[in-house]
Amino acid sequence: MTVSPELDARFRDAAASAGLLDVAYDVTDSPVGPLLVAVGERGLCRISFDPEPERETETLARAFGVRVLRSPRPVDEARRQLDDYFERRRTSFDLPVDIERLTPFNRAVLELLARVPYGTLTTYGALAGEAGKPRAARAVGSVMNRNPIPIVLPCHRVVGSTGSLVGYAGGLERKEALLELEGVRAARS
Amino acid sequence: MMRAVRIPPFESLYAEHRDEVFRFLVRRLGRERADDAFQETFLRALRGYPALRHGEHLRAWLYTIAARVAADELRRPAEPRPAREEPAAYDGRPQYAELEHLAGDLPPKERSAVVLRYGYDLSYAEIGAALGSSEEAARQAASSGIRRLRGRRIDR
Repeated sequence: MTVSPELDARFRDAAASAGLLDVAYDVTDSPVGPLLVAVGERGLCRISFDPEPERETETLARAFGVRVLRSPRPVDEARRQLDDYFERRRTSFDLPVDIERLTPFNRAVLELLARVPYGTLTTYGALAGEAGKPRAARAVGSVMNRNPIPIVLPCHRVVGSTGSLVGYAGGLERKEALLELEGVRAARS
Repeated sequence: MMRAVRIPPFESLYAEHRDEVFRFLVRRLGRERADDAFQETFLRALRGYPALRHGEHLRAWLYTIAARVAADELRRPAEPRPAREEPAAYDGRPQYAELEHLAGDLPPKERSAVVLRYGYDLSYAEIGAALGSSEEAARQAASSGIRRLRGRRIDR
């Protein structure tokens, strides 16, 4: 005898409603593959491509607390906005994000990144300059590479100084796909 | 020094043990009452989870919670048919509460075995399952725990 899907869902809901979770997450489908979307007490805290939930939950537990549970309800709003984005019904996200635990430089760069408009490109060097460290393009690159909340924090809109795509933690195909969705054409180097 | 076993994300604990905890509750309470008890068990586990200091004996810990939830459920006066008579302790506290207190500083495995056996009336096979060991090992852990408790009471 096993736990019925109804009882399982009921518990996962109840755990979230009772405010007992450090992180609720779910896996959702998207045109760029399944996404693991995680929400903590302060907001959206992770979006992962090619999720391996076991490794992912370990990482989340280390960063936010051990009460990590798959629970769809708290993720609904983020899922809805992502769906809208992929359907071209939405060009910006209205979601609280939690980047509290990152270093000040990381946070500053990601906050600047969040303001790069839909359908436009910027460069690693330009972001570095805006962050007050014009020579730190490489460091900005590594912030992009470790961006915990891709898509919503649009690191796909950041390219090299020659306009080449350079890299993307989720793979260059996804970077291209996201830019194409937004109506931008960029050259692979 | 041995490193403490890390506490896993709750999802792993839940996914690994939900079915056996559910079956345990069905055996104790019957199919109808098991659903609510199941939810209550894991909600209580979530409440206590951040206070754990290491990830050892988590399965026995879960069974202890499930056994307590089942005992509470069986003591509920509103039920028309008391499925099990809870023997009253002197101070009116249920037996398992008293025993958990007394057994508090036994080694973890003995404590779990003693509490599950004498506080919750689990069979040695069930305790073995909870501790991840054999029925015989559970019997031994319970009896050496009891010996230790008796010895301590004589010392006082």
